[in-house]
Amino acid sequence: MPKKINLSLIITLVVLVFLYLPIMTVVGLSFNTSSNSLIWKGFGFDWYQNIWTNEPIISSFQRTIFVALVTTFFSLLIGTTISIGLNKMKAGGFLRTFSTAPAIVPDLVLAIGLLTTFSTISLSLNLRTVIISHTVFCTAFVVAIVLARIGLMDPSIEEASTDLGAGPFKTLFKVTIPQLMPALIAGAVLSFTLSMDEFVIAFFTNGPETPTLPMVIYSMIRFGVTPEINVLGTLLLAISFVGVILAQRIGKVADSI
Amino acid sequence: MTKVGKYKFSAAVVAAGALLLSACGGSSNNATSASVDPNVDITTQKLVISNWAGYYPEDLPAKVKAAIGVDITITNHATNEEVMGKLTASDDSGVDIAFVSGQYAQALASAGKIVNFDKSAIPNLANLYPEVADLAYDKGTNYSAPYAWGTTGICYRSDLIDFTPDSWNDLLNPKDSVKGKTTMLATERWLALPAMKLLGYSMNTTNADEIAKAKEQLVKTKPTLLAYDDTAFYTKLVSGEAVLTEAWDGWCNYGIAENPNIKFVIPKEGSDLWADTMVVLSSSKNKEAAHAFINYILQPDVHAWVANNILYKVPNKAATESLDPALATSYPNMGLTPAELLKGEVVLDLGTDSKLYTDLATEVTSS
Amino acid sequence: MLFMSVLTAGRFGGVNTPINFDNFSRATDSIFVQVILNSLLIAGATAILSLLIGFPTALFISRLSRKWQIILIVAIILPYWTNFLVRTYAWLVLLNNEGIINKFLRNIGLIDKPIEMLYTSGAVIVGMTYLYLPLMILPIYAALEKIDKNLTEAAYDLGSSAWKSLRTVSIPLAMPGILIGLIFVFVPSLGNFVVPELLGGGKTVMIGNLVRDQFLKARDWPFGATFALILTLILVILISLQSYVSKRVNINA
Repeated sequence: MPKKINLSLIITLVVLVFLYLPIMTVVGLSFNTSSNSLIWKGFGFDWYQNIWTNEPIISSFQRTIFVALVTTFFSLLIGTTISIGLNKMKAGGFLRTFSTAPAIVPDLVLAIGLLTTFSTISLSLNLRTVIISHTVFCTAFVVAIVLARIGLMDPSIEEASTDLGAGPFKTLFKVTIPQLMPALIAGAVLSFTLSMDEFVIAFFTNGPETPTLPMVIYSMIRFGVTPEINVLGTLLLAISFVGVILAQRIGKVADSI
Repeated sequence: MTKVGKYKFSAAVVAAGALLLSACGGSSNNATSASVDPNVDITTQKLVISNWAGYYPEDLPAKVKAAIGVDITITNHATNEEVMGKLTASDDSGVDIAFVSGQYAQALASAGKIVNFDKSAIPNLANLYPEVADLAYDKGTNYSAPYAWGTTGICYRSDLIDFTPDSWNDLLNPKDSVKGKTTMLATERWLALPAMKLLGYSMNTTNADEIAKAKEQLVKTKPTLLAYDDTAFYTKLVSGEAVLTEAWDGWCNYGIAENPNIKFVIPKEGSDLWADTMVVLSSSKNKEAAHAFINYILQPDVHAWVANNILYKVPNKAATESLDPALATSYPNMGLTPAELLKGEVVLDLGTDSKLYTDLATEVTSS
Repeated sequence: MLFMSVLTAGRFGGVNTPINFDNFSRATDSIFVQVILNSLLIAGATAILSLLIGFPTALFISRLSRKWQIILIVAIILPYWTNFLVRTYAWLVLLNNEGIINKFLRNIGLIDKPIEMLYTSGAVIVGMTYLYLPLMILPIYAALEKIDKNLTEAAYDLGSSAWKSLRTVSIPLAMPGILIGLIFVFVPSLGNFVVPELLGGGKTVMIGNLVRDQFLKARDWPFGATFALILTLILVILISLQSYVSKRVNINA
């Protein structure tokens, strides 16, 4: 086709370089043995060994995983309930927009909204407030995803189930939930990843004693370019890649059910 | 760079802002009086202590347990504002001892949040330099026991610049050769400090005219800066990105540790004197153990051990005199005498007027 | 329904009694107006830059075979799933005066003094474009992908130049996607405080930095909340504008 495509091709290649050069630099530097990441000394895994003994990183990583797991559980539970509820109510656009609002407002606005709420009800800031905040944030995404899936469902199947004598619970667990499975899995993966990576909300709603991993990374970056961040960045990158691929596989399997 | 944990996050720290408490202005001492019962068995008490991350030797809890038999838990804060938020959010924060800068101790005292020491329980206060008792944020060391002190100056790469800086002017109106390679501290009071001193004002001034003049100078300086930075300036010196920076003395030492060409100077126009102190909360139920802990820190060998570990000067005469002279050779600012330090102006709590400095900082950085 | 109460109660709640509008008049002080304008400018530049490189990319991808479309889209989303602090940090390494790009240029003899790239507004714009570019490409791609390929080909067959078929067919049809992309990039850029701090060296102040400082340093919560409210208002205006324009475009198309 026309030469427009050629220009687009060049830009696309530039974009790919633009997207990957920075992270590949981080990956490359993570194998630098020098303690100053701007000076290349040699190839080695020194800093990888080092990171396992870095207590603040390890404990904040455990905290982050814990927060993400609990957040995923509650977001899924609350989000699915709201979605099914909204669907049954045939609720209009307003309520739907309202339920998904936290996904659209800037994270900073949500963060200070939550912070002022916690302080108004005198809830002291710690991991509990982070979990509540992340649940608020992730629930919105779950609602958006599950609502979209419900829209695709054929209501007559549920009706058929009831007609055939199944109680409401049996219908819920045997019919509705299996049909929603792909959306639930997508919602869970999304909640987990969002919570794990989330910085701004945690920064405002967490107490000082229990920093999450992104908070630790933030304070490390403020001290300049350090080898630990290169290693940490590479590891997080690897986790995300595996996560995305896994999510795709699961998505496919679930879709075929 | 391997010692991130060692750096005190917001070192000397800030007066401006944080003044939840400052309705009463700042100078009045409303601290409650401590009732220390000498018959209490302190080994039955447990202490929760809030200190800056990396601002104490890691094995401090073990040492304290061995020496005075008290279990301590140290929680970390990154900045004065953070711990102030925690201490003032509720009536009982659960913290027994907090490490805060002098002007914050002043604010806590005026809010009645901390106790006046029972000095009979802290005989080691006598080890401090007598001059400490004159520091204006707490004359007579009634409610705050100083832990470390220091000043602010210029930290620079002697091998990368062709002159020896000795004036705030070298930072504020830099020669062409260092333009774009200087940094200033971003925290309000220290952002203003160089301009105040160069113009001959007090760093605690609340005079609108003087603040406006300082602002004018700082706005003029902004385009010549590499960045505002109060956490990573010494790593910028080590990598050579920056060659001349406004710095707290102790932080400059972290740079010197990596590159001996890094040097520290107090500009001739003068500078500040800040102190980080230990205070006992009024809400503490373990006041006896708290006093014993402070007394233990002020013990000469312990305080000297702390100084060696954190590379900050301690205002403890006996401890300072026992330090290995080699330390002051490697880190010249460790050898500053109290007389030299006391030439600096003591940073004070400005109460509601600290807003003037918050606004100054906003206006300068967003100009 | 937890979060509903949060949004309404939280933003104005508790702190703001007695209610008055002093904070709003304070926010219109010239200095703060300047910060707001500056933020709009930087976020706007980020959105435009993202559009300029994002649209051709989306166009290119939409014309590939199904298999390659998926591969490229995944390739574009993947970096987005990496921690955003790490991605910002990467630019700290690249743009540094002693960083990779400057060292490379010096080694090949192109420059003898480092080019100052880090700690400028430019670095902030590049950094945020990097963070949010996938949010621009995806909606445009989704819109373009739906367009009947025959339509553009028909336009081409009828003698339109490539540019003309792009202008009269692809761009109008992709308009809803473009608008969504602009909002997706503009909004988080506007509220960002991490990138200006890390890549702007504290010399670039945006609304987000003001909110952060008012909340965590000055402890003037109501004033901080005022800026957050301004941020939200800008968002509401933008979204209304977007749905209005989208409707107009649909009618015309």
